[in-house]
Amino acid sequence: MAPICGTNTRETNKMLNPINNLNKLFDSRVRLGIMSALVVNSEVNFNDLKVLLEITDGNLASHLKALEENNIIKVEKGFIGRKTNTTYSITKSGEKEFKLHIAALEKMIKATK
Amino acid sequence: MFIEKVLFYFVFQSAFMNEQEQSLEDLRHIKMMMERSSRFISLSGLSGISAGLSALVGAFVAYPYVYGLKNLIINDDLAVKQAVSNDYSIILNTYIFWIAVVTFFAAFISAFFFTWLKSKKEGTPLWGHTSKRLMINVSIPMLVGGLFLFRLIYFGTFGLVAPGCLIFYGLGLVNASKYTLVEIRYLGFVQILLGIINLWFIGTGLYFWAAGFGVMHILYGAYMWNKYERN
Repeated sequence: MAPICGTNTRETNKMLNPINNLNKLFDSRVRLGIMSALVVNSEVNFNDLKVLLEITDGNLASHLKALEENNIIKVEKGFIGRKTNTTYSITKSGEKEFKLHIAALEKMIKATK
Repeated sequence: MFIEKVLFYFVFQSAFMNEQEQSLEDLRHIKMMMERSSRFISLSGLSGISAGLSALVGAFVAYPYVYGLKNLIINDDLAVKQAVSNDYSIILNTYIFWIAVVTFFAAFISAFFFTWLKSKKEGTPLWGHTSKRLMINVSIPMLVGGLFLFRLIYFGTFGLVAPGCLIFYGLGLVNASKYTLVEIRYLGFVQILLGIINLWFIGTGLYFWAAGFGVMHILYGAYMWNKYERN
């Protein structure tokens, strides 16, 4: 029994490595949601994001700000008539980071199979 | 020593399992958000069934008029005048036109109702940017087709109306499949195929029409309801 446990633990240790590739920036459901929407749409406005994620203005704005400051997403402020219309899109480096994050998640799942 | 090792193993293993479950949940969340933000997924299977039933009832009512068992024209005297003066409005003077209008609205309104119910239950807006994109993309081939068929009717080519309806509607569905649940693509292909086959069986259009708009909608709706909404 003992040796089997020993090898398993070592293997488990090795398999845990993919965690290192997980990006801390995407460490919340809201941010994963924002990134998912921006990856499949060329641009999404603030209100659509709010409806999609079902969160408050302030909460959404703070997450968007953090992603913007890290050059993951781009912000564009415009107008529809007199109303402000703020749209968000993903940056090249943001897309790359997010794909790496997804790959790391997939690796985690496959690790024990 | 042994017990320590075993304990360590189990603690480690359970921590790892949690990480793995967490990753799986994250990926599911990502997939759901990608779909929800780009596709209108509240389209209900019951909408397909109700539209199909409307089409079958419409075809049944239209049958005696289409195959000459009943007089197609509502007002004969008026029709003569309209025919002589090449008046478009002769179309409005036929029973078939009004049966088609009622069938279309019955199908559209009942389909809208079940999808409205589903979107309300899921909390997704019925008039968001996904449903708008879906409507626009389904409408482009259908509006073009509608104009084309209007001219066909004007020139008296009635035999091409049923296959035309099926083909343009099928193209609309294929075009729309990028913006809603993907299965609708196959419904589109089946409609196009029925329309094309119908081109070589002119005169049996109502049967093809009933098969495509009636039976296929019901089969598709039942399949979708069973797959996504049963619980």
